[in-house]
Amino acid sequence: MNILVCVKRVPAPGARIVLTDDSQGIDTRHLGFTTSPHEECAVEAAVQLKERHGGTTTVLTLGPPDAVEQLRYSVSVGADRVVLVPADSTEWDPQATASALVEAIKDLEGDSPFDLILFGNESADSGGYQVGIRVARALGRPVISGLKGIEIDGDQMVGRRETDEGFEVYRLPMPAIAAAKEGITLPRYPTLPGRLKSRRAEIHEVPAEMTPGGQEMVSLLKPAEEVTETVILGHGAEAAPGVVRLLEEVGLL
Amino acid sequence: MTRILVFVDNDRGTLSPSALEALTPAYSLADSLDASLELATVGEGGRAALEPVGLGGYVISHPVLSDYAPEAYGDALAQLVSEEQFSVVISLGDDRGAEVMAHMAAVLDQPLVANVTEIADTEGPDGSWEVIRVRWGGSLLERARLRSDLKFLTIAPHTFPAPEPNGGAGPLTTFVPEIPDSLARTRVVERVKLAEGLTLATAPVVVSGGRGVGSAENFAILEELADLLGGVVGCSRVATNNGWRPHSDQVGQTGTRIAPDLYIACGISGAVQHWVGCMASKQILAINTDPEAPLVTKADYAVIGDLHEILAAVIAEIKARP
Amino acid sequence: MDFPTSAHVIVIGAGIAGNSVVGHLAEMGWKNIVQIDKGPLPNPGGSTGHASNFCFPVDHSKEMTMLTLDSTRQYAEMDVMVVSGGIEVARAPERMEELRRRMTSATAWGVESHLISPAEVEELVPFINRDIILGGFYSPGVTVVDSLRAGTIMRERAQALDALTVLPNTEVLSMEVRNGAIAAVVTDKGRIETEHLVIACGVWSPRMAEMAGATIPLTPAVHQMIDVGPIPILQATNSEIGYPIVRDMDTYMYERQTAGSMEVGSYAHRPIFHHPNDIPSLGESLLSPTELPFTDEDFDLQMEHALELMPDILSAAEIRYAINGLLSLTPDAMPLLGETVEVKNLWSAAAVWIKEGPGVGKMIAQWMTQGYPEIDPHSSDIARFYRYARNNHHIYARCSEHFNKTYGIVHPREQWESNRRVRTVPAYPRQVELGAVFYEAGGWERPQWYEANAPLVEKYGVEGREHEWDARWWSPIINAEHLAMRESVGMVDLTAFAIFDITGPGVVDYIQKMAVNQCDVRVGRAVYTPLLTETGGFRADLTILRLGEHHYRVISGGGDGARDRYWFRKHLPDDGSVTFVDNTSGVSTVGLWGPNARKVIESLTSDDVSHQGFPYGSVREVNLRGIDTLMLRISYVGELGWEISVSMEQGLQLWDMLWEAGQEWGVVPVGIGVYGTTGRLEKGYRLMGAELESEYNPVEAGLARPKIKRADFIGKGPYLQARAEDPATILCTLTVEDHTSASGIERYMGGNEPILTADGERITDSHGRPSYVTTAGNGPSVGKYLLLAYLPPEHAVEGRELAVMYMNELYPVKVAVVGSTPLFDPANERMRV
Repeated sequence: MNILVCVKRVPAPGARIVLTDDSQGIDTRHLGFTTSPHEECAVEAAVQLKERHGGTTTVLTLGPPDAVEQLRYSVSVGADRVVLVPADSTEWDPQATASALVEAIKDLEGDSPFDLILFGNESADSGGYQVGIRVARALGRPVISGLKGIEIDGDQMVGRRETDEGFEVYRLPMPAIAAAKEGITLPRYPTLPGRLKSRRAEIHEVPAEMTPGGQEMVSLLKPAEEVTETVILGHGAEAAPGVVRLLEEVGLL
Repeated sequence: MTRILVFVDNDRGTLSPSALEALTPAYSLADSLDASLELATVGEGGRAALEPVGLGGYVISHPVLSDYAPEAYGDALAQLVSEEQFSVVISLGDDRGAEVMAHMAAVLDQPLVANVTEIADTEGPDGSWEVIRVRWGGSLLERARLRSDLKFLTIAPHTFPAPEPNGGAGPLTTFVPEIPDSLARTRVVERVKLAEGLTLATAPVVVSGGRGVGSAENFAILEELADLLGGVVGCSRVATNNGWRPHSDQVGQTGTRIAPDLYIACGISGAVQHWVGCMASKQILAINTDPEAPLVTKADYAVIGDLHEILAAVIAEIKARP
Repeated sequence: MDFPTSAHVIVIGAGIAGNSVVGHLAEMGWKNIVQIDKGPLPNPGGSTGHASNFCFPVDHSKEMTMLTLDSTRQYAEMDVMVVSGGIEVARAPERMEELRRRMTSATAWGVESHLISPAEVEELVPFINRDIILGGFYSPGVTVVDSLRAGTIMRERAQALDALTVLPNTEVLSMEVRNGAIAAVVTDKGRIETEHLVIACGVWSPRMAEMAGATIPLTPAVHQMIDVGPIPILQATNSEIGYPIVRDMDTYMYERQTAGSMEVGSYAHRPIFHHPNDIPSLGESLLSPTELPFTDEDFDLQMEHALELMPDILSAAEIRYAINGLLSLTPDAMPLLGETVEVKNLWSAAAVWIKEGPGVGKMIAQWMTQGYPEIDPHSSDIARFYRYARNNHHIYARCSEHFNKTYGIVHPREQWESNRRVRTVPAYPRQVELGAVFYEAGGWERPQWYEANAPLVEKYGVEGREHEWDARWWSPIINAEHLAMRESVGMVDLTAFAIFDITGPGVVDYIQKMAVNQCDVRVGRAVYTPLLTETGGFRADLTILRLGEHHYRVISGGGDGARDRYWFRKHLPDDGSVTFVDNTSGVSTVGLWGPNARKVIESLTSDDVSHQGFPYGSVREVNLRGIDTLMLRISYVGELGWEISVSMEQGLQLWDMLWEAGQEWGVVPVGIGVYGTTGRLEKGYRLMGAELESEYNPVEAGLARPKIKRADFIGKGPYLQARAEDPATILCTLTVEDHTSASGIERYMGGNEPILTADGERITDSHGRPSYVTTAGNGPSVGKYLLLAYLPPEHAVEGRELAVMYMNELYPVKVAVVGSTPLFDPANERMRV
């Protein structure tokens, strides 16, 4: 089982996102960066599959040089090989991202395709919901989104996705592609030896061209903040009667 | 004349409550462009559900489309759009809508703007459009320019109310695409129903806990209250990451987005990631030691203090009711 | 609750420092206290919220140890403390020596500690890799505290006394100052008038101080820590902490259990500073404003070190939490306590660690209530910094230098390397040519000794020191310079003196109020005098010259000049009748001392400089070959001579003139090694900050004069009371009788070591104060190694045989002099010829 996971480096904001003065990005001076949550889980799922079925897990990111931090993190939690597709720090639209990834994946695969390529369902920041699908279409491989469970059955990937009542099951012939959602599995934390190993990991670089697509970010803006007049029902236990009145008003009691 | 197509999903004949939301901005767009507006759905089962909308359009039919199959759906829609020369395609950006539209856009090699909240300008340079779309799950917006001949958009869920059906039955033509059997490879092969009952998405009240709860055991009191009120327990990402609750309980950008009648947030400070998952709730009650916690200031109601003490008192009060 | 519009005192900050100040102020009777924090309670998001919360009591500094011990007592009383014990382990032989030095300090300050073997360490901490350690310094009394809970308790106690209003989630926007004193604080919720203000908000303190035009010189700096778990052996303890905390001193790290996981913290990474204005708000931060994103690359080496030390438990556990935590660093790594020098009634309680928090709270409250605290705040007093040391350039330079010394082995005489040469004397180029080895005092470069005098070592047969540690930051040349000065004449550059010219119609009353000794003397007289605190302990000792009917000049040491300047200015009368001018930067001084000093001066002037014509203790203007000088006949080294002052621009000319004229009389350049240590020790002269502390009074120090002046002065009441009682302790001069260590090497104490009974028992006086070496140094002319120490009366007996501990070994000492009589030239004949 050779698995590729494509991840994105994103900032980890607190309760308030601050924009840069030119509104072209968010102010990350005080922020750490992380792997976009869906993809962090995808990496974990891939590592678990590898642990069960053998093979290798490769993690690839298209991003600025600093994205090496997320690649190393993935090594620290079990990835075997990491690939940086160098990009500038400008916004790449989904088409540009997908075509660069396709180029890079072809370069990596040569004649032996990955059995499985995992994406995140959507990135935490730009949320385009399409890069994995575009890549799959370009490579001519089956793809599903919203992956919340994965198993390997012979040469098939058995995927689950959630519905209101339960889940639906898909069987994709491999090589296949899927876009995972957080919750597919709980990601592990790195160990000290894992982290140390990751510092020594070799970063493979695969260049790719930026071919702009048809969507362009003009600027970011903050949504109009709804001013909520919060009604304080009380402090501590004394607030209980007020809470019960509220529950009655809402019709829950 | 410009033709606008709205893709409306149905699940074996049933519409989700939000299925028609994308029609609302589509009507406005059709007005402003003086365009025709039609809809498309997949599977004969959708005909009855969509006829009352009163719009003309298409029911896409093909043996491969016997159940949800994202690749085949995407191909089918792409064929319809090409053959009928639609220049604008709109869908709700829910799971399936986003997925099918992405396939269609990929097949036609066109951009797709996801989760639009406003079509701000349709008369930009070189036929480009300017739209406002959601980023960070709704914590931020983006002004985006769409440069393409065909305009493909998904509409951010819970942004527009669904229009009232106008009652007149629209003529829905059957469209039979050419789809290779091989595309059945990504069709639903099995459905598993989990125990009937309330879920995060459907419960009228969600009692949710975060960092302030402190441990897995401490969720017991939240469970008790949820049971008393006929609701379910939710949690923040901190609680999931600490292993206190399963991910299926997580409310947030990367968990479940909910819209209950009442959301009771206990010991949750309200990071961006969480807020976007619960902001559609009709009422929010925050219980927190910190009166300035972001979620407290955004909530409709708040109780300040130790959540364990407060929940115990509320439960006692409910039980003491006549 | 209505928003308060006025307060008696506002305390900004609800971390350990602010809460402790609030609690103690209320306990001491303050009412109408308002506490403000921009964060929520109980954890407003400052450094307290992510602190490791452990308290190692032993520090080489008495002041820090006393603050920590007091804090530990308070934590225990509040029942928010677990005694875990703690071990500082050594990987390198130098560290073992340092641990022996720590044992010595532990004995000095009375903290139970043991040197233990690797096997004993392993017994206490079974998961440690004993193969890489040489031993450990075990303090059974190391504790882990709940600092947030302690803060809540202290606030609640103040509230129970109806003394406190707490305003969380309230941000200070600006401050108002009237007539040089704090007047009001403007917050986002309203304006509050106040008489006093305490800034106790850690890393944000500089920003707050700036609002009032004051400075609190610290920088927020990163301390990295990670939490690693789960670890079964730790989980099995079922407690917050079941194993002693390990400080892996040689890698500048610690490993501390927190319930089922291990917290690994480091002071080994590169210094990472943030500006107080750049700390994110609560809303912008993922965790809290002071828990910044972890920078992995800075911690790599530390992970390797941690794995080496505890491989069994750390290799499988996961890193659950990792932060770049912010804490406060100051230029000299000590806290910033006391009233700011710029704004009256504006206090600082900043750069405080959890271990000393409650003690600091008490200290500040006492200081505000009774004028001075019980524990001498000499090293923590915010007034200690001169202006040059209050800016970010200096702060960053020094903090960069000392951050990695947090767990380092720091020699007591070690000199700073960064941001030096900020204040140089006119003769600096000459001193460089003479091979001066410069030490820093108050930013001034002062020659400690001159390498050019190396030939004197052989001439006088001065012996070196066998042990590298004893010889470090020292030279036998000091002793040679000493002997040469006593034989012919020496030149000592004293430009670093702080010089205050105080004038005006009210100056006599003012000076009399400040000083213990009679200062209403005739013009041209000099008075050596202590200054006391309100509670009767030493606040300063200095020389006051009467230069005119309404003109006094105060001369104080360079090291204490900034504190003394604050003290004098603080007490200036409001009516404008006294004018204070700091002339430090305008005056250059050279001391000329030795039997030939008069001959040198006589060659430069026709004025009468005979003993009768220019008696001891007098000051006058003398023209020395065309240069107007102010000559003061006085000596801190026990020789005939003068301190000769000129305006700064003539300092070089003065130096050159004395140097040329002195050649005929065998003049030698003499460093501060003689002036500050050997010369003064032989004469039994006391030094502020060493022997003289606010914890001791003039009777105990042997500085009480037979007569008491009629005029009132600060501390007079307690002083009179001290005179009426038998002293609880008496400052004595001791001689080391045998320097030979167990390994056969001669060892030389450096100061702060405990004086014990001959059989090794600790000595404390009736107030509980321990006997320890306040100064140690050679007495080249008396042929002995000298120690000054306070001894209770039963031991303060000439000829009494006692012991001094050094590096955890005992050496015999003998009480040579009780009181202030000099060992060398007891009748002071050499000075009065």
